[in-house]
Amino acid sequence: MNELQDKAAITGIGQTPYSKGLGRSEYDMAVEAIFSACEDAGISPREIDGVVRYDMENVDEEQLLAVLGNPEIRYQASTSWGGGGAVSVLVHAALAISAGLAETVLVFRSRARGKKSVYGKDPKQGGRYWERTEAHLPGLNQWHVPHGLVTAFQEMAMITRRHMIEHGSNEDHFGAVAVTTREHACRNPQAVMRQPMTLEDHHASRMIADPLRLFDCNIETDGACALIVTSRERARDLKQVPALIHAGALAAGSHHIRLSTLFSRPRDQDSAVRVGRQLWQSSGLGPGDMDAFFCYDFFTSFVIIALEDYGFCKRGEGGPFAEAGGLSFDGGRLPTNTNGGQLSEAFIHGLNNSLEAVRQIRGTSTSQVPDCELVLSAGANTDPTGAVILRRDS
Amino acid sequence: MTDLREGAITQILPLPQPNLDNQEFYEATRRGELRFQRCARCGTWRHYPRPACPECHSREYGWELSTGQGRVYSWTIVYGPTLPAFQDDVPYNVVDVLMEEGVHFQSQVLDCQPEEIREGMPVEAIFVPVDDDITLVKFRRNRDA
Repeated sequence: MNELQDKAAITGIGQTPYSKGLGRSEYDMAVEAIFSACEDAGISPREIDGVVRYDMENVDEEQLLAVLGNPEIRYQASTSWGGGGAVSVLVHAALAISAGLAETVLVFRSRARGKKSVYGKDPKQGGRYWERTEAHLPGLNQWHVPHGLVTAFQEMAMITRRHMIEHGSNEDHFGAVAVTTREHACRNPQAVMRQPMTLEDHHASRMIADPLRLFDCNIETDGACALIVTSRERARDLKQVPALIHAGALAAGSHHIRLSTLFSRPRDQDSAVRVGRQLWQSSGLGPGDMDAFFCYDFFTSFVIIALEDYGFCKRGEGGPFAEAGGLSFDGGRLPTNTNGGQLSEAFIHGLNNSLEAVRQIRGTSTSQVPDCELVLSAGANTDPTGAVILRRDS
Repeated sequence: MTDLREGAITQILPLPQPNLDNQEFYEATRRGELRFQRCARCGTWRHYPRPACPECHSREYGWELSTGQGRVYSWTIVYGPTLPAFQDDVPYNVVDVLMEEGVHFQSQVLDCQPEEIREGMPVEAIFVPVDDDITLVKFRRNRDA
Protein backbone atom coordinates (compact mmCIF):
# COMPACT_ATOMS: atom_id res chain seq x y z
CA MET A 1 0.00 0.00 0.00
CA ASN A 2 1.28 3.37 -0.99
CA GLU A 3 0.35 6.21 1.39
CA LEU A 4 0.02 8.69 -1.43
CA GLN A 5 -2.29 6.47 -3.49
CA ASP A 6 -5.00 8.50 -5.21
CA LYS A 7 -4.70 11.38 -2.72
CA ALA A 8 -3.61 13.91 -5.37
CA ALA A 9 -4.60 14.58 -8.96
CA ILE A 10 -3.22 16.53 -11.87
CA THR A 11 -5.95 18.93 -12.75
CA GLY A 12 -4.31 21.53 -14.96
CA ILE A 13 -1.75 21.49 -17.76
CA GLY A 14 -0.33 24.40 -19.70
CA GLN A 15 2.46 25.20 -22.10
CA THR A 16 3.96 27.77 -24.42
CA PRO A 17 4.38 27.10 -28.11
CA TYR A 18 7.43 24.88 -28.65
CA SER A 19 10.05 26.11 -31.09
CA LYS A 20 13.71 25.94 -32.02
CA GLY A 21 13.91 29.61 -31.07
CA LEU A 22 11.23 31.77 -29.45
CA GLY A 23 13.54 34.63 -28.52
CA ARG A 24 11.94 34.87 -25.10
CA SER A 25 13.30 34.62 -21.58
CA GLU A 26 12.80 31.49 -19.52
CA TYR A 27 10.95 33.61 -16.96
CA ASP A 28 8.48 34.89 -19.53
CA MET A 29 7.86 31.41 -20.95
CA ALA A 30 7.40 29.94 -17.47
CA VAL A 31 4.75 32.52 -16.61
CA GLU A 32 2.78 31.82 -19.79
CA ALA A 33 2.82 28.07 -19.11
CA ILE A 34 1.86 28.53 -15.45
CA PHE A 35 -1.05 30.87 -16.16
CA SER A 36 -2.17 28.56 -18.94
CA ALA A 37 -2.15 25.57 -16.56
CA CYS A 38 -4.18 27.55 -14.00
CA GLU A 39 -6.72 28.49 -16.65
CA ASP A 40 -6.91 24.88 -17.77
CA ALA A 41 -7.61 23.82 -14.18
CA GLY A 42 -10.05 26.66 -13.61
CA ILE A 43 -8.14 28.19 -10.70
CA SER A 44 -6.51 31.52 -10.02
CA PRO A 45 -2.69 31.66 -9.85
CA ARG A 46 -3.24 33.12 -6.36
CA GLU A 47 -4.44 29.70 -5.21
CA ILE A 48 -1.03 28.08 -5.74
CA ASP A 49 0.41 27.31 -2.29
CA GLY A 50 3.15 24.87 -3.25
CA VAL A 51 5.90 24.80 -5.86
CA VAL A 52 8.07 21.92 -7.01
CA ARG A 53 10.71 22.65 -9.60
CA TYR A 54 13.89 21.11 -10.95
CA ASP A 55 16.98 22.36 -9.14
CA MET A 56 18.35 23.33 -12.57
CA GLU A 57 15.33 25.58 -13.14
CA ASN A 58 16.37 29.21 -13.36
CA VAL A 59 12.97 30.69 -12.47
CA ASP A 60 12.95 30.65 -8.69
CA GLU A 61 10.38 31.11 -5.94
CA GLU A 62 11.07 34.82 -5.66
CA GLN A 63 10.34 35.34 -9.34
CA LEU A 64 7.20 33.22 -9.04
CA LEU A 65 5.91 35.15 -6.04
CA ALA A 66 6.47 38.36 -7.96
CA VAL A 67 3.91 37.31 -10.58
CA LEU A 68 1.55 34.95 -8.75
CA GLY A 69 0.44 37.72 -6.40
CA ASN A 70 0.27 35.13 -3.67
CA PRO A 71 2.10 35.52 -0.35
CA GLU A 72 1.03 32.05 0.77
CA ILE A 73 3.54 29.66 -0.78
CA ARG A 74 4.01 26.91 1.78
CA TYR A 75 5.55 23.76 0.37
CA GLN A 76 8.53 24.22 -1.93
CA ALA A 77 11.03 21.66 -3.14
CA SER A 78 13.27 20.92 -6.08
CA THR A 79 14.49 17.70 -7.63
CA SER A 80 18.09 17.06 -8.46
CA TRP A 81 20.04 15.80 -11.46
CA GLY A 82 18.07 17.15 -14.37
CA GLY A 83 16.08 14.66 -16.37
CA GLY A 84 16.14 12.09 -13.60
CA GLY A 85 13.90 14.42 -11.61
CA ALA A 86 11.49 15.01 -14.49
CA VAL A 87 8.74 12.95 -12.88
CA SER A 88 10.05 13.08 -9.30
CA VAL A 89 8.53 16.59 -9.27
CA LEU A 90 5.09 14.97 -9.45
CA VAL A 91 5.96 12.52 -6.66
CA HIS A 92 6.91 15.47 -4.44
CA ALA A 93 3.72 17.31 -5.33
CA ALA A 94 1.64 14.26 -4.39
CA LEU A 95 3.60 13.87 -1.15
CA ALA A 96 2.98 17.48 -0.18
CA ILE A 97 -0.72 17.17 -0.82
CA SER A 98 -1.16 13.79 0.87
CA ALA A 99 0.71 15.12 3.93
CA GLY A 100 -1.39 18.27 4.07
CA LEU A 101 1.56 20.56 3.50
CA ALA A 102 -0.07 22.19 0.50
CA GLU A 103 -3.34 22.09 -1.38
CA THR A 104 -2.49 23.35 -4.86
CA VAL A 105 1.00 22.59 -6.09
CA LEU A 106 2.62 24.01 -9.19
CA VAL A 107 5.12 21.91 -11.14
CA PHE A 108 6.88 23.54 -14.06
CA ARG A 109 9.95 23.71 -16.28
CA SER A 110 11.08 26.45 -18.64
CA ARG A 111 13.95 26.07 -21.05
CA ALA A 112 15.68 28.16 -23.67
CA ARG A 113 17.90 25.58 -25.30
CA GLY A 114 17.84 26.37 -29.00
CA LYS A 115 21.11 27.34 -30.72
CA LYS A 116 19.89 30.91 -30.97
CA SER A 117 18.11 31.07 -27.64
CA VAL A 118 18.42 34.01 -25.35
CA TYR A 119 21.27 33.73 -22.86
CA GLY A 120 20.30 34.27 -19.26
CA LYS A 121 21.72 34.78 -15.82
CA ASP A 122 22.80 31.21 -15.43
CA PRO A 123 25.30 29.25 -17.49
CA LYS A 124 22.65 26.61 -18.10
CA GLN A 125 20.26 29.07 -19.75
CA GLY A 126 20.39 29.39 -23.48
CA GLY A 127 22.13 27.28 -26.07
CA ARG A 128 24.27 24.35 -25.09
CA TYR A 129 25.35 24.13 -21.47
CA TRP A 130 28.39 21.96 -22.26
CA GLU A 131 29.88 24.66 -24.48
CA ARG A 132 30.48 26.64 -21.32
CA THR A 133 32.44 23.99 -19.45
CA GLU A 134 34.72 25.43 -16.78
CA ALA A 135 38.37 25.64 -17.83
CA HIS A 136 39.40 24.18 -14.47
CA LEU A 137 37.33 21.21 -13.43
CA PRO A 138 37.04 20.69 -9.67
CA GLY A 139 34.14 18.20 -9.88
CA LEU A 140 33.67 14.72 -11.22
CA ASN A 141 33.68 15.92 -14.81
CA GLN A 142 37.48 16.24 -14.44
CA TRP A 143 37.62 12.47 -15.02
CA HIS A 144 36.13 12.58 -18.50
CA VAL A 145 35.90 16.09 -19.99
CA PRO A 146 39.69 16.43 -20.50
CA HIS A 147 39.51 13.29 -22.66
CA GLY A 148 36.84 14.71 -24.96
CA LEU A 149 33.82 13.15 -23.24
CA VAL A 150 32.04 16.46 -22.90
CA THR A 151 28.33 16.08 -23.51
CA ALA A 152 25.37 13.96 -22.46
CA PHE A 153 25.05 12.45 -25.92
CA GLN A 154 28.67 11.28 -25.83
CA GLU A 155 28.20 9.74 -22.40
CA MET A 156 24.95 8.10 -23.43
CA ALA A 157 26.68 6.69 -26.49
CA MET A 158 28.99 4.78 -24.14
CA ILE A 159 26.02 3.33 -22.24
CA THR A 160 24.22 2.57 -25.48
CA ARG A 161 27.29 0.71 -26.77
CA ARG A 162 27.31 -1.43 -23.65
CA HIS A 163 23.65 -2.32 -24.19
CA MET A 164 24.50 -3.36 -27.74
CA ILE A 165 27.34 -5.56 -26.45
CA GLU A 166 25.39 -7.20 -23.65
CA HIS A 167 21.88 -7.30 -25.04
CA GLY A 168 22.16 -7.10 -28.80
CA SER A 169 20.34 -3.86 -29.50
CA ASN A 170 21.14 -2.38 -32.91
CA GLU A 171 20.55 0.62 -35.14
CA ASP A 172 17.38 -0.86 -36.62
CA HIS A 173 15.95 -0.96 -33.10
CA PHE A 174 17.02 2.62 -32.42
CA GLY A 175 15.62 3.70 -35.79
CA ALA A 176 12.27 2.08 -35.03
CA VAL A 177 11.97 4.22 -31.88
CA ALA A 178 12.80 7.37 -33.85
CA VAL A 179 10.35 6.57 -36.66
CA THR A 180 7.41 5.67 -34.40
CA THR A 181 7.99 8.70 -32.19
CA ARG A 182 8.06 10.92 -35.30
CA GLU A 183 4.79 9.36 -36.49
CA HIS A 184 3.25 10.54 -33.24
CA ALA A 185 4.75 14.01 -33.65
CA CYS A 186 3.37 14.29 -37.18
CA ARG A 187 -0.13 14.06 -35.68
CA ASN A 188 0.57 16.70 -33.01
CA PRO A 189 0.32 20.33 -34.18
CA GLN A 190 2.41 21.42 -31.15
CA ALA A 191 5.37 19.25 -32.15
CA VAL A 192 8.46 20.96 -33.52
CA MET A 193 9.47 18.08 -35.85
CA ARG A 194 6.61 17.06 -38.11
CA GLN A 195 8.30 15.88 -41.31
CA PRO A 196 7.74 12.14 -41.76
CA MET A 197 10.84 10.00 -41.12
CA THR A 198 11.70 6.60 -42.56
CA LEU A 199 14.13 4.04 -41.23
CA GLU A 200 16.38 4.96 -44.16
CA ASP A 201 16.25 8.62 -43.10
CA HIS A 202 17.32 7.58 -39.63
CA HIS A 203 20.23 5.49 -40.89
CA ALA A 204 21.33 8.30 -43.24
CA SER A 205 21.39 10.94 -40.51
CA ARG A 206 24.88 11.98 -39.53
CA MET A 207 26.78 10.25 -36.77
CA ILE A 208 27.03 12.41 -33.64
CA ALA A 209 28.70 10.06 -31.16
CA ASP A 210 28.86 6.55 -32.57
CA PRO A 211 26.57 4.59 -32.12
CA LEU A 212 24.19 7.57 -31.75
CA ARG A 213 23.10 9.41 -34.89
CA LEU A 214 21.41 12.79 -35.13
CA PHE A 215 17.96 11.18 -35.26
CA ASP A 216 18.73 9.19 -32.11
CA CYS A 217 19.04 12.42 -30.14
CA ASN A 218 16.44 14.66 -28.59
CA ILE A 219 15.85 18.00 -30.27
CA GLU A 220 16.90 21.27 -28.60
CA THR A 221 14.04 23.71 -28.18
CA ASP A 222 12.59 26.69 -26.39
CA GLY A 223 9.44 26.35 -24.38
CA ALA A 224 7.88 25.85 -20.99
CA CYS A 225 5.22 23.66 -19.51
CA ALA A 226 3.42 23.46 -16.19
CA LEU A 227 1.07 21.22 -14.25
CA ILE A 228 -1.30 21.94 -11.38
CA VAL A 229 -1.64 19.20 -8.77
CA THR A 230 -4.33 19.32 -6.10
CA SER A 231 -6.22 17.01 -3.77
CA ARG A 232 -8.55 14.42 -5.27
CA GLU A 233 -11.55 16.00 -3.56
CA ARG A 234 -10.77 19.45 -4.90
CA ALA A 235 -9.93 18.09 -8.35
CA ARG A 236 -13.39 16.57 -8.59
CA ASP A 237 -14.90 20.06 -8.21
CA LEU A 238 -12.73 21.49 -11.00
CA LYS A 239 -13.42 21.35 -14.69
CA GLN A 240 -11.02 18.69 -16.01
CA VAL A 241 -11.09 14.92 -15.72
CA PRO A 242 -8.64 14.36 -12.82
CA ALA A 243 -5.53 12.34 -13.52
CA LEU A 244 -4.99 10.69 -10.15
CA ILE A 245 -1.46 10.08 -8.98
CA HIS A 246 -2.07 6.44 -8.16
CA ALA A 247 1.50 5.54 -7.19
CA GLY A 248 4.86 7.22 -7.06
CA ALA A 249 8.40 6.19 -6.26
CA LEU A 250 11.93 7.56 -6.19
CA ALA A 251 15.37 5.96 -6.29
CA ALA A 252 18.98 7.05 -6.51
CA GLY A 253 21.92 4.93 -7.47
CA SER A 254 23.27 5.73 -10.89
CA HIS A 255 23.72 8.66 -13.10
CA HIS A 256 25.23 9.66 -16.31
CA ILE A 257 28.05 11.96 -15.16
CA ARG A 258 29.65 9.26 -13.08
CA LEU A 259 30.12 6.72 -15.82
CA SER A 260 32.40 4.71 -13.60
CA THR A 261 29.67 4.43 -11.00
CA LEU A 262 27.13 3.36 -13.59
CA PHE A 263 29.30 0.65 -15.05
CA SER A 264 30.40 -0.69 -11.68
CA ARG A 265 26.84 -1.39 -10.57
CA PRO A 266 24.74 -4.20 -12.02
CA ARG A 267 22.13 -2.90 -14.42
CA ASP A 268 19.37 -4.64 -12.45
CA GLN A 269 20.14 -2.51 -9.40
CA ASP A 270 19.90 0.69 -11.37
CA SER A 271 17.64 3.41 -10.02
CA ALA A 272 14.93 3.07 -12.68
CA VAL A 273 14.73 -0.67 -12.08
CA ARG A 274 14.18 -0.08 -8.39
CA VAL A 275 11.58 2.64 -9.05
CA GLY A 276 9.71 0.18 -11.23
CA ARG A 277 9.76 -2.54 -8.59
CA GLN A 278 8.48 -0.13 -5.93
CA LEU A 279 5.66 1.06 -8.18
CA TRP A 280 4.46 -2.43 -9.02
CA GLN A 281 4.74 -3.63 -5.44
CA SER A 282 2.98 -0.64 -3.91
CA SER A 283 0.17 -0.51 -6.44
CA GLY A 284 -0.50 -4.18 -6.99
CA LEU A 285 -0.41 -3.42 -10.68
CA GLY A 286 2.01 -4.71 -13.27
CA PRO A 287 3.46 -3.61 -16.59
CA GLY A 288 0.66 -5.43 -18.42
CA ASP A 289 -1.92 -3.14 -16.79
CA MET A 290 -0.51 0.02 -18.38
CA ASP A 291 -2.37 1.47 -21.36
CA ALA A 292 0.49 3.80 -22.33
CA PHE A 293 4.05 4.68 -21.33
CA PHE A 294 5.84 8.01 -21.13
CA CYS A 295 9.57 7.89 -20.65
CA TYR A 296 12.54 10.18 -20.87
CA ASP A 297 13.43 9.78 -24.53
CA PHE A 298 16.59 11.87 -24.67
CA PHE A 299 18.04 9.16 -26.90
CA THR A 300 16.29 6.37 -28.79
CA SER A 301 18.35 3.69 -27.06
CA PHE A 302 17.12 4.89 -23.68
CA VAL A 303 13.52 4.23 -24.64
CA ILE A 304 14.57 0.62 -25.20
CA ILE A 305 16.42 0.55 -21.88
CA ALA A 306 13.40 2.11 -20.12
CA LEU A 307 11.09 -0.57 -21.52
CA GLU A 308 13.41 -3.13 -19.95
CA ASP A 309 14.04 -1.24 -16.70
CA TYR A 310 10.31 -0.93 -15.95
CA GLY A 311 9.61 -4.56 -16.81
CA PHE A 312 7.65 -4.09 -20.03
CA CYS A 313 10.25 -6.25 -21.78
CA LYS A 314 12.99 -8.60 -20.68
CA ARG A 315 16.60 -7.51 -21.18
CA GLY A 316 17.39 -7.53 -24.85
CA GLU A 317 13.76 -7.60 -25.92
CA GLY A 318 13.10 -3.85 -25.86
CA GLY A 319 14.65 -3.33 -29.28
CA PRO A 320 12.70 -6.09 -31.03
CA PHE A 321 9.55 -4.82 -29.25
CA ALA A 322 10.05 -1.37 -30.78
CA GLU A 323 10.92 -2.85 -34.17
CA ALA A 324 7.66 -4.82 -34.16
CA GLY A 325 5.67 -1.59 -33.73
CA GLY A 326 5.04 -2.03 -30.02
CA LEU A 327 5.37 1.69 -29.26
CA SER A 328 2.79 2.94 -31.75
CA PHE A 329 -0.46 4.55 -30.60
CA ASP A 330 -2.06 2.78 -33.53
CA GLY A 331 -2.29 -0.81 -32.36
CA GLY A 332 1.05 -1.10 -30.55
CA ARG A 333 1.09 -3.15 -27.36
CA LEU A 334 2.44 -0.19 -25.37
CA PRO A 335 1.82 3.21 -26.98
CA THR A 336 4.80 5.30 -25.88
CA ASN A 337 5.42 9.06 -25.98
CA THR A 338 2.35 9.66 -28.11
CA ASN A 339 3.11 13.40 -28.27
CA GLY A 340 6.29 12.78 -30.23
CA GLY A 341 8.38 12.88 -27.09
CA GLN A 342 11.60 14.74 -26.68
CA LEU A 343 12.86 13.24 -29.91
CA SER A 344 10.28 15.11 -31.98
CA GLU A 345 7.79 17.23 -29.97
CA ALA A 346 10.05 19.33 -27.72
CA PHE A 347 12.76 18.97 -25.11
CA ILE A 348 11.31 20.54 -21.98
CA HIS A 349 13.47 18.36 -19.76
CA GLY A 350 10.92 15.56 -19.83
CA LEU A 351 7.98 17.49 -18.44
CA ASN A 352 6.24 17.74 -21.82
CA ASN A 353 5.87 13.95 -21.79
CA SER A 354 4.01 14.10 -18.47
CA LEU A 355 1.61 16.64 -19.99
CA GLU A 356 0.90 14.09 -22.69
CA ALA A 357 0.35 11.40 -20.04
CA VAL A 358 -2.39 13.63 -18.60
CA ARG A 359 -3.92 14.17 -22.06
CA GLN A 360 -4.12 10.41 -22.56
CA ILE A 361 -5.93 10.05 -19.23
CA ARG A 362 -8.32 12.84 -20.23
CA GLY A 363 -8.84 11.42 -23.71
CA THR A 364 -7.56 14.52 -25.49
CA SER A 365 -4.32 13.37 -27.15
CA THR A 366 -3.87 13.85 -30.88
CA SER A 367 -2.82 10.18 -30.88
CA GLN A 368 -5.37 8.98 -28.38
CA VAL A 369 -5.20 5.45 -27.03
CA PRO A 370 -8.75 4.05 -26.72
CA ASP A 371 -10.02 3.61 -23.15
CA CYS A 372 -6.79 4.85 -21.65
CA GLU A 373 -7.14 4.53 -17.87
CA LEU A 374 -3.67 3.75 -16.50
CA VAL A 375 -0.33 5.14 -17.66
CA LEU A 376 3.23 5.16 -16.39
CA SER A 377 5.33 8.32 -16.63
CA ALA A 378 9.02 7.97 -15.81
CA GLY A 379 12.06 10.25 -15.49
CA ALA A 380 15.44 9.66 -17.09
CA ASN A 381 16.66 6.15 -16.43
CA THR A 382 20.29 7.03 -15.87
CA ASP A 383 20.04 9.52 -13.02
CA PRO A 384 18.50 9.37 -9.57
CA THR A 385 14.99 9.10 -10.87
CA GLY A 386 11.29 8.81 -10.15
CA ALA A 387 8.05 7.74 -11.79
CA VAL A 388 4.30 7.85 -11.29
CA ILE A 389 1.34 5.76 -12.30
CA LEU A 390 -1.56 7.99 -13.32
CA ARG A 391 -5.14 6.71 -13.21
CA ARG A 392 -8.35 8.17 -14.57
CA ASP A 393 -10.68 9.06 -11.69
CA SER A 394 -13.77 6.92 -11.90
CA MET B 1 20.52 42.00 -28.13
CA THR B 2 24.21 41.14 -28.11
CA ASP B 3 25.04 37.61 -29.13
CA LEU B 4 26.65 36.34 -25.96
CA ARG B 5 27.06 32.80 -27.21
CA GLU B 6 30.32 33.17 -29.12
CA GLY B 7 32.15 34.77 -26.22
CA ALA B 8 30.80 32.23 -23.75
CA ILE B 9 32.06 29.06 -25.42
CA THR B 10 35.02 27.43 -23.68
CA GLN B 11 37.87 27.60 -26.20
CA ILE B 12 40.74 26.02 -24.27
CA LEU B 13 41.21 22.42 -23.20
CA PRO B 14 39.47 22.06 -19.83
CA LEU B 15 41.78 20.46 -17.26
CA PRO B 16 41.33 18.84 -13.87
CA GLN B 17 41.57 21.08 -10.83
CA PRO B 18 43.14 18.81 -8.19
CA ASN B 19 41.58 19.05 -4.74
CA LEU B 20 42.14 17.63 -1.26
CA ASP B 21 40.39 14.39 -2.17
CA ASN B 22 42.38 13.58 -5.29
CA GLN B 23 45.68 15.50 -5.41
CA GLU B 24 47.69 12.31 -4.78
CA PHE B 25 46.33 10.91 -8.04
CA TYR B 26 47.76 13.83 -10.00
CA GLU B 27 51.04 13.85 -8.05
CA ALA B 28 51.45 10.20 -9.08
CA THR B 29 50.67 10.79 -12.77
CA ARG B 30 53.28 13.57 -12.82
CA ARG B 31 55.80 10.88 -11.83
CA GLY B 32 54.48 8.55 -14.54
CA GLU B 33 52.59 6.35 -12.09
CA LEU B 34 48.93 5.36 -12.15
CA ARG B 35 47.76 4.96 -8.58
CA PHE B 36 44.28 4.24 -7.28
CA GLN B 37 42.95 4.25 -3.76
CA ARG B 38 42.82 0.82 -2.13
CA CYS B 39 41.11 0.04 1.15
CA ALA B 40 43.61 -0.81 3.89
CA ARG B 41 41.14 -3.08 5.63
CA CYS B 42 39.39 -5.13 2.93
CA GLY B 43 41.65 -4.49 -0.04
CA THR B 44 38.94 -3.16 -2.37
CA TRP B 45 40.24 -0.83 -5.09
CA ARG B 46 38.28 2.29 -5.93
CA HIS B 47 38.20 5.14 -8.42
CA TYR B 48 37.24 8.03 -8.47
CA PRO B 49 38.96 9.06 -5.21
CA ARG B 50 36.78 9.19 -2.11
CA PRO B 51 37.31 9.29 1.66
CA ALA B 52 35.94 5.82 2.55
CA CYS B 53 35.50 2.30 1.24
CA PRO B 54 31.97 1.55 -0.04
CA GLU B 55 32.43 -2.15 0.86
CA CYS B 56 33.54 -1.97 4.51
CA HIS B 57 33.35 1.78 5.28
CA SER B 58 36.95 1.91 6.44
CA ARG B 59 38.49 5.33 6.09
CA GLU B 60 41.99 3.86 6.00
CA TYR B 61 43.45 3.52 2.54
CA GLY B 62 46.58 3.78 0.47
CA TRP B 63 47.36 5.05 -3.00
CA GLU B 64 48.55 1.83 -4.63
CA LEU B 65 50.23 1.31 -7.96
CA SER B 66 48.03 0.04 -10.77
CA THR B 67 49.44 -2.38 -13.34
CA GLY B 68 48.15 0.11 -15.90
CA GLN B 69 46.63 -2.81 -17.79
CA GLY B 70 42.98 -3.01 -18.71
CA ARG B 71 40.47 -3.89 -21.38
CA VAL B 72 38.05 -1.70 -23.32
CA TYR B 73 34.64 -2.01 -21.69
CA SER B 74 32.74 0.52 -23.81
CA TRP B 75 33.52 3.34 -26.19
CA THR B 76 32.18 6.04 -28.44
CA ILE B 77 33.54 7.67 -31.55
CA VAL B 78 32.85 11.40 -31.34
CA TYR B 79 31.97 13.14 -34.60
CA GLY B 80 30.73 16.34 -33.01
CA PRO B 81 29.45 18.73 -32.03
CA THR B 82 32.04 18.90 -29.29
CA LEU B 83 34.19 21.53 -27.58
CA PRO B 84 36.53 23.61 -29.80
CA ALA B 85 39.54 22.04 -28.03
CA PHE B 86 38.64 18.67 -29.52
CA GLN B 87 37.26 19.81 -32.88
CA ASP B 88 40.48 19.17 -34.82
CA ASP B 89 40.54 15.57 -33.59
CA VAL B 90 37.13 14.41 -34.82
CA PRO B 91 36.34 11.62 -35.25
CA TYR B 92 38.08 10.64 -32.01
CA ASN B 93 37.54 7.82 -29.55
CA VAL B 94 36.70 7.93 -25.88
CA VAL B 95 36.88 4.64 -24.03
CA ASP B 96 35.82 3.21 -20.71
CA VAL B 97 38.55 0.83 -19.61
CA LEU B 98 37.98 -1.86 -17.00
CA MET B 99 41.34 -1.95 -15.26
CA GLU B 100 42.88 -5.16 -13.91
CA GLU B 101 42.17 -3.85 -10.43
CA GLY B 102 38.44 -3.86 -11.21
CA VAL B 103 37.90 -0.10 -11.47
CA HIS B 104 36.60 1.76 -14.50
CA PHE B 105 38.65 4.57 -16.03
CA GLN B 106 37.66 6.87 -18.88
CA SER B 107 40.22 8.12 -21.36
CA GLN B 108 41.30 7.64 -24.97
CA VAL B 109 43.30 5.05 -26.89
CA LEU B 110 45.89 7.08 -28.79
CA ASP B 111 47.22 4.52 -31.28
CA CYS B 112 43.97 3.17 -32.62
CA GLN B 113 41.73 3.99 -35.58
CA PRO B 114 38.04 4.33 -34.71
CA GLU B 115 37.05 1.17 -36.59
CA GLU B 116 39.71 -0.92 -34.83
CA ILE B 117 38.34 -0.56 -31.32
CA ARG B 118 36.74 -3.70 -29.92
CA GLU B 119 35.13 -4.65 -26.67
CA GLY B 120 37.71 -6.43 -24.52
CA MET B 121 40.68 -5.01 -26.43
CA PRO B 122 43.77 -5.00 -24.16
CA VAL B 123 45.21 -1.55 -23.48
CA GLU B 124 47.86 -0.09 -21.19
CA ALA B 125 48.20 3.29 -19.54
CA ILE B 126 50.60 5.93 -20.86
CA PHE B 127 51.25 9.40 -19.49
CA VAL B 128 50.79 12.64 -21.38
CA PRO B 129 52.00 15.81 -19.61
CA VAL B 130 49.81 18.81 -20.43
CA ASP B 131 51.38 21.43 -18.17
CA ASP B 132 53.51 21.63 -15.02
CA ASP B 133 50.70 20.36 -12.81
CA ILE B 134 48.62 18.04 -14.90
CA THR B 135 49.65 14.82 -16.59
CA LEU B 136 46.73 12.99 -18.18
CA VAL B 137 46.49 9.21 -18.34
CA LYS B 138 45.84 7.90 -21.85
CA PHE B 139 46.03 4.38 -23.28
CA ARG B 140 47.76 2.49 -26.06
CA ARG B 141 47.03 -0.96 -27.38
CA ASN B 142 48.79 -3.82 -25.66
CA ARG B 143 49.36 -6.26 -28.50
CA ASP B 144 51.18 -8.73 -26.25
CA ALA B 145 48.30 -9.28 -23.84
